[in-house]
Amino acid sequence: MSSVPAGVRWGLRAYAWLVLGLLYAPLLVVAVFSFNTGTSLAWPPKGFTGSWWAEAVHNDGAREALLVSLRTAALATLVALVLGTCAAFAIQRFRFFGREPLSLMLVLPIALPGIVTGIALNAGLQRAGIQLGILTLVVAHATFCIVVVFNNVVARLRRMSPNLEEASADLGAHRGQTFLYVTFPLMRSALVAGGLLALGLSFDEIVVTTFTAPAGSETLPQWILNNLNRGEQQPIVNVVATAVMLLSVIPVWLAQRLTGGSGGLTGRSR
Amino acid sequence: MTASTIGAPAGPPDPAGPGGGGPPVGMRDGRARQVSRMLDRHPRARLFGVLTWPTVWLLLIYVGSLVALFVTSFYRLNEDGTGIVKELGVSNYRQLIDTDTYRTIALRTLWIAVLVTVIDVALALPIAYYIAKVAKPRWRPLLAAAVLVPLWGSYLVKAFAWRAILGDPGGVLAETVGTSPGYGLTGVVVVLAYLWLPYMILPIYAGLERLPDSLLDASGDLGAGFVRTLRSVVIPVLVPSIVAGAVFTFSLSLGDYIAVQLVGGPTQTIGSVVYANFTADLPFAAAYAVVPVVIMVVFLLGIRRTGALDNL
Amino acid sequence: MRISRTAGATVALLGLVVAGCGSDSTSKSTTAPNKVGAGEGALSIVAWAGYAEDGSTDPDQNWVTPFEQQTGCKVTVKTGNTSDEMFQLMSSGEYDGVSASGDSSVRMIDAGLVAPVNTALITNYADISPLLKDTVYNSSGGTNYGIPHGWGANYLMYNSAVVTPAPDSWDAVFAQDSPYRGKITAYDAPIYIADAALYLKTARPDLAIKDPYSLTQKQFDAAVALLKVQRSNIGEYWSNYSASQQAFEQGTIVLGTTWQIIYNLALPNNADLKTVSPKEGSTGWSDTWMVSSKAKHPNCMYMWMDYITSPAVQAQVASWFGEAPANPKACGLIDPAEHCDVFKATDAAFAKSIAFWATPRKKCLDGSGSSCVPFSDWIKAWTVIKG
Repeated sequence: MSSVPAGVRWGLRAYAWLVLGLLYAPLLVVAVFSFNTGTSLAWPPKGFTGSWWAEAVHNDGAREALLVSLRTAALATLVALVLGTCAAFAIQRFRFFGREPLSLMLVLPIALPGIVTGIALNAGLQRAGIQLGILTLVVAHATFCIVVVFNNVVARLRRMSPNLEEASADLGAHRGQTFLYVTFPLMRSALVAGGLLALGLSFDEIVVTTFTAPAGSETLPQWILNNLNRGEQQPIVNVVATAVMLLSVIPVWLAQRLTGGSGGLTGRSR
Repeated sequence: MTASTIGAPAGPPDPAGPGGGGPPVGMRDGRARQVSRMLDRHPRARLFGVLTWPTVWLLLIYVGSLVALFVTSFYRLNEDGTGIVKELGVSNYRQLIDTDTYRTIALRTLWIAVLVTVIDVALALPIAYYIAKVAKPRWRPLLAAAVLVPLWGSYLVKAFAWRAILGDPGGVLAETVGTSPGYGLTGVVVVLAYLWLPYMILPIYAGLERLPDSLLDASGDLGAGFVRTLRSVVIPVLVPSIVAGAVFTFSLSLGDYIAVQLVGGPTQTIGSVVYANFTADLPFAAAYAVVPVVIMVVFLLGIRRTGALDNL
Repeated sequence: MRISRTAGATVALLGLVVAGCGSDSTSKSTTAPNKVGAGEGALSIVAWAGYAEDGSTDPDQNWVTPFEQQTGCKVTVKTGNTSDEMFQLMSSGEYDGVSASGDSSVRMIDAGLVAPVNTALITNYADISPLLKDTVYNSSGGTNYGIPHGWGANYLMYNSAVVTPAPDSWDAVFAQDSPYRGKITAYDAPIYIADAALYLKTARPDLAIKDPYSLTQKQFDAAVALLKVQRSNIGEYWSNYSASQQAFEQGTIVLGTTWQIIYNLALPNNADLKTVSPKEGSTGWSDTWMVSSKAKHPNCMYMWMDYITSPAVQAQVASWFGEAPANPKACGLIDPAEHCDVFKATDAAFAKSIAFWATPRKKCLDGSGSSCVPFSDWIKAWTVIKG
């Protein structure tokens, strides 16, 4: 871009790389410690070993926790996709009494600190006499995931030309067909972007989870927390964390291809 | 477009049309058509169909829970800590007001949240600008993804990594650079600013991406320098994006207790007090949790006009 | 002060609308059973991390699966991270039993959350160290409420390369002008107030403290004042023991309360670490398996209590968790062989010198009256002390 002076360009470039470096430095520290012969996090590491990685492969707890997390995230995302899409249509295509409060209510679960959402849901469930189970966990996660789907879909609807849907109706398609063949394909990438972000939010959530998860099964973040509480398990946690980080490139790459940058976080999917 | 010309399906997508092939015909299609025509005539029915589910869900589950929590805040713990006295009273709130400690902790937490947000804005603006406007176009998605990846790494592990970094002595910083802020208030601000930084970069990046280059060029053609363009064109356009990022950084900082426990030394925040009291004295925890709720609701109402909520 | 009746009613109504009625209809058992019947096929317990391992943490540590195979009781474990959390989990009535420390067990008994236990039904009960039986934290009015599991003392750990001369008194962590300012640690729980009281018992004879868990208002205030002084010297409070271990290893912390297990784990990484049992004596914890008064699977819980106190299983748990087993017969089976010596498991004089955690209440635990500072005040004071 021509209007940026050369000096500023270089400054910005150096700065950008510095900040990126800062973002990755702690992750690198974790990766390095996953090969440490010692069990503590004292710097510098004592020596190199790959044995933790070998050991982690056989850790049933971590594998089960990973499955619980994936299942929870998938179910919560599914619920959030349905509810978020419904809410987006309601807010974007209708004017009604209570529209403003509804949009505020949608934002609340993510705008209020996790600990508030967590203890509120816990208090609510207890009052209603509902036992904590995988279902309550899914419900809790879905609640704060709705808004990210909503934002992605609402942004898409805002820019979607009504002409296509009108044309579909003019050509004799009924509403179901119009949705299936016209509206849905146009929204698909927004749904995927919102869904991926919801998946990510749910997958890494620990605070609300702490207050709504049942006994007997733990999500990956819960497994990590429980194992970090035992010093000798630290290296295994480092391995699992590093592996999850490496694997997270996949959803990020997917989101990238579909949204062109913001990963759906800002509701500006393409 | 008027609201009544275009409709949405009621609830889940109408299963009438089987995948593939042309428009299907037959009995099921006929019923779908009837429903469709009914919906054409009754926009209220369409609204009801899409509005009910999210509203009921949020009201019943979320707002209901908040109300339950609020009610609990008027209960109190009995003396021996063996149970909750379910009589309504304001003893918890009285305690919150009468004890200096709780005010100090609330103000400290607010200060942390503001500081973290300001630091993140300062860190995010230049890098977002670089990615969106200066870097070569084919690098841009890659750089944006690079910002996104750390967001997917486990929050807990990152917080623990910072514990290993900040320790003095024995931490990475102290052993390699020779100095470290150690565990304490500074540590908390540094770590929270780190943890939430991507939440600030990405909305600003998206905002800049939407800002047409032609606008910047026009500003330059009209004689404005880089700084002037930044101040008069870029920043004003970015306000909603910045505020959207701030919702995340502010709220996440306001409630954090895990990172605080790991790198905060003896520092207490609203989050850590609520967490500790959740199990020990639930009614009091509920009362103290009302503080961040009030702060956030005021914050949200304040920013509603900026349009930031659409940018979340 | 109460808020006005109408406002109250409105709020209550709102609460009801969303809450429905949560009143429970489950019957409470207030008497101990006479025999253990057939297992119910399932067991749900609240336990400290490391008390009920099923191989998911470390494949070599698994004593839950053999229990399941022997009894047919499928075990679900909820890890409790703090005593307060355990109390809260047991309040939900969803669990059959708990491994409660003294700072929650008294509360559980008083609140009726746990049922009397018929110790005659536990075959291993006879072998359990008599020092741990019929204590204030596991029985009430001559009725037993649990089976002892294991115990440990709160030691003073210090980094001998930094802290000289070697401390022999809790004075080291309570001194106002400590040379180790910012490098001292303390346990992060309301019950730590008892550590200050224990120290004052010797340091301030004028306060006439007899039992650190039965404090008059004046004694309590003195303990709180002492802790506020200590606060300015604290580098961090610990409740997560791996974090404490790491801080001692690196030297960010050089002095403070610890458990034997933390010392054992940290020593290989920092040879300068030493522990001492200060001359004032120390506080400690003794854990008890208790049966919920709403247990859905009481027979399985009895089977579990018998199983977990058998010598072989005690040896496994004590070694993995790092504590003195309640059943001394475990000492012959434990790996490493010197475990019981390290943890002073059979040292009766040592066990006697420990003031084991017990939940303070208004009706003094030591029988000295009914005007002791109740636990709710301890909880509130703890937040204020930390500031």
